[in-house]
Formats: sequence, C-alpha cells, structure tokens
Amino acid sequence: MSILVIAEHDNATLKSATLNTIAAAQKIGGEIHVLVAGHNAAAAAQAAAKVAGVAKALHAEAPHFATPTAESITALAIGLAPAYTHILLPATGFGKNAAPRIAALLDVAQVSDIIAVESADTFVRPIYAGNAFATVQSRDAKKVITVRSTGFDAAAASGGSGIVESVSAPADPGVVRVLGQELTKSDRPELASARVVVSGGRGLQNGENFKLLEALADKLNAALGASRAAVDAGYVPNDYQVGQTGKIVAPDLYIAVGISGAIQHLAGMKDSKVIVAINKDPEAPIFQIADYGLVGDLFEIIPQLTAELS
Amino acid sequence: MKVLVPVKRVVDFNVKVRVKPDGSGVDTANVKMSMNPFDEIAVEEAVRLKEKGIATEIVAVSCGIAACQETLRTALALGADRAILVETDAELQPLAVAKLLKAIAAKETPQLVIMGKQAIDDDANQTGQMLAALLNWPQATFASKIDIASADGQARATVKREIDGGLETLSMPLPAVITTDLRLNEPRYATLPNIMKAKKKPLEVIKPDALGVDVAPRLTTLKVAEPPRRKGGGRVADAKELVAKLRNEAKVIS
Repeated sequence: MSILVIAEHDNATLKSATLNTIAAAQKIGGEIHVLVAGHNAAAAAQAAAKVAGVAKALHAEAPHFATPTAESITALAIGLAPAYTHILLPATGFGKNAAPRIAALLDVAQVSDIIAVESADTFVRPIYAGNAFATVQSRDAKKVITVRSTGFDAAAASGGSGIVESVSAPADPGVVRVLGQELTKSDRPELASARVVVSGGRGLQNGENFKLLEALADKLNAALGASRAAVDAGYVPNDYQVGQTGKIVAPDLYIAVGISGAIQHLAGMKDSKVIVAINKDPEAPIFQIADYGLVGDLFEIIPQLTAELS
Repeated sequence: MKVLVPVKRVVDFNVKVRVKPDGSGVDTANVKMSMNPFDEIAVEEAVRLKEKGIATEIVAVSCGIAACQETLRTALALGADRAILVETDAELQPLAVAKLLKAIAAKETPQLVIMGKQAIDDDANQTGQMLAALLNWPQATFASKIDIASADGQARATVKREIDGGLETLSMPLPAVITTDLRLNEPRYATLPNIMKAKKKPLEVIKPDALGVDVAPRLTTLKVAEPPRRKGGGRVADAKELVAKLRNEAKVIS
C-alpha cells in the first residue's frame, strides 16, 4: 500500500484533522506521504515530516495555494495519484470539497467519512445521520477516502523522521477566483478538536444571551458550538453548527444548553464521552442521551454553573 | 438560461431509521419518503432565479426507481418546468449518478446545475463535485448565497459558501455546478393548485442504457449495523450536584 494524505494546514502548522487522517492511514498500513500544498508553507511541510509514521512530506509551493480551491488541489493530486493506492483527506469542508473531484477524475468510488478501517479495502462509515454504520468494501484499484476525525486518535505530531521533498505545483488555471474569506476570530479551542464544548440552541433566544455561554466556556476552556436553530436564527455564525451536516465533535464533555436534541443535532455530538443537557422541557429528546440532565431555566442555571466552577 | 436541478427521493428527515436484524441494510419498508431537504433548497433557488428573470427553464432530474416520479412531481409543483426520470432498479452510487447527470447535461446543455450538497440517507456529499469534475466545470459547494450576473457577455456566479472557519466567496464563469447548504434559502410549500398543474407538466422517463452509462456500483456493502447504544437519562437536581458529578464521578473537569 502507498498512501497519500492531503494535509489541511495554515502554512505554519498542520490542522488537527490532518493528524487524525494520518492515524487512519496508519491503520491501513503501507508507506505514508503527506501532501502540503501551500504558500510559504515550509514550516507546515516540516511539521508533516515529523509526524510519527510519515515517510515523506511532499511540499507543493505556489501563491494560489494561499486560498486553495477544489480545482487547484485536484489538479495537483491527480498528477501525483499514479504512485498511490490510497488517497486520504480529512472529512472537513476542505477535504469534502476536493476529494470527490479527485475520485471522479480517477474514475473510482469515494468512501466518505470513514470511522474505522477493517482492512486496506474495507471501511466503516456512518449513514442516515449516524443511525447506522455501513461496512463497505471497494474493489477499485485506487481508494479515495475522507476521514472523520472523531473516528481516529490523532497520530503523534513528533517522533517521525520523514524527509521533505519539493513537488511542482500545476499553474492555477485561474477559472475560479477566491474573492475573500470571512473567518470567525476566536481565542477559544477549535470546535472540532476541543476537549470541552459548550453548545447553545434555540432556548438561548438571541445572540446576546450567548454571552452567558461564553462566561461558562471561559471557565472550562471550552469551544463554543450551536444547534442549527441557533445559527439559522442568526445568534452565532455558521461555523459554530454541530450536526449531521455541520461539525462532528466528540469531546470529553459536551454541554447542550437549550437544545432539544433533534436527530440531526445528535448526529454531530452523540459520540461525546460525557453529555450534559440543560433544558426547561423534561420531554426534550436530548435527555435520552444525556449522562447528566438538568431540567430547569438555563438563564438561572448557567450563571449558577459558572459560579460553581470558580 | 437553463438550470438543471437533480433531486433525490430519500427517507424523510423526521424518520429515525432502524437497522434490519439481518444486518443487510436499513428498514425502509412503509417508511415516509420525501425529497432530500438540500434538493428542496436547490429547487427553491432555481425557482427564485426564474422569478428574477435569470433562469428561463428549470429541468428537474432524478435517478432511481419508478416511485421517484413522485419526487419529480413535487419539483414540478414547486416551479420546475420539466422533469426527467432516469429509471432503474439498480443500486445507484454517487459516481454512477454523476455519470448519468453528465449525460443528461450533454443533452440539455444547462448553464447551471444546482443540487443538494449531500443526501441525508447515504450522507456521501460527493455527487455534485464528481459531476463538476466529469464536466470539467467549476464548482461551488455548501452555498449560502448565490448571485448570477453578466459582465462583458459572460455570465458569472458569485457564491458565498460555508467553510469550517466561516465563509468564503468565490467567483466563477458559467456553466458551473453549485451545491446547496442549509442557509441558502427557506423553500416554499407546494400549493394545491400548483400540485394539480404539475400533473400536466412533461415528465420524460429514460433508461441508463439510453445514456450509455454503466451504473454498476463500485462499493459493496458487507453489512449494516446499529451504532453502540448510548445509555442516557441521568438526572441531577441543580448546578452544584452537576459540578460535583462532573468532577468526581465523570472526572471530565478538574
């Protein structure tokens, strides 16, 4: 087996999802190369080479990789693909955007969002919002796979002794232009990889009230998440959304505040180690999966909780 | 401008599916089926483009069993002009669907294909991107806002899309493939008069063979299992008890 992991990074460091993806590659077995396509990305390439189990980091350097598109990543990956039996990407927005383009051009199936590796050609993946797990086998000569981070413990970021190799980057065809990005600025841990998540739903009633959750999150050094209802209503930006088609998280502690627990939300957090639910409706479905449920008024309980933690 | 909208018939989003005891799949017998919610959003967006005078014809297309005609009639009731069913009982996977849609696009020559980002049954999130690749068209996935305008005789799409860290805005020439995300729009309901009118709109049925596409699945499902069941149902009386339990019992906070 020879595996190409396409890294998600910020040119300086690897995103944590890349480490989970490398871990999945280790489960498949074989020589692992990590592709770092970036702009002034030498540090990220070196970080990739240091990850345990990585034989080589391939560094593709070009200005247009500062804001990569599915098209530019695909053009690069297709050129390198002949040498690999498996191409892995994290099942993040970045990976989900590019992977199917790569698979289609290679005329192979893609296996999305794997949570386990059974063998080099057999994988487990969630379907129906995680209400069923399908074990699927691919007989295609090449496998294109996206990896769900919560399915694999991150590979160790150091201990590897891979080499860094430069690879040439195809020129940007210039068809798609990235006009800009609006990124949420936060000092909090990243939602997808935080140890503790405090998440708010419709029960918060407005964006101002999310400040209550911020105070609690500060005490716990937690990331902030939200249900679809809270995002749709404009309480918080879209990147806070936890759920079937938003972020999938599995923190040590997930505190769901004013969230009813729709199937689609549960899909995004039901693998959390410990789930706390705070809701004034004792019939809310969230209580069925909560380890600790507290029925009551969140506007009283959250300040009490924050005070108890001081 | 012709717009092609692929739509999929899926288990309704409110249904909590059950795995068959023999592990061969999910039990969909007698279960409510609906148009994939993200495809409803795609149909709505196409209809809005028509109402703005940008789209001139909306063609809805679905691939699958005969019952998919119901889903197409819904698309027609919501405002699509014509529908095409690529009828087959075979198991269809994203790569095959993308190839079927590519063949349809070759016949219909739309300027825009707009479809849901993922189907809520297989949660694959692949078909739109695969179609774009096969057509060698640009793509904008997870769209939350779409603007179509012409500059120097070339139609372009400016798309705001949801990314992990926030939002990104892309500009691309048409023809292009756009996949929809939750916040692109809120779909309308089909009115009874429109449901009646939809029965008279053209719905063409064709076979995959006629399109020259081999739809054989590439992935074999070996088994389908239930995820580990979570216990839940625990209660605490107040914030004090919660903190104590999290600290001493669950040991997730210090």
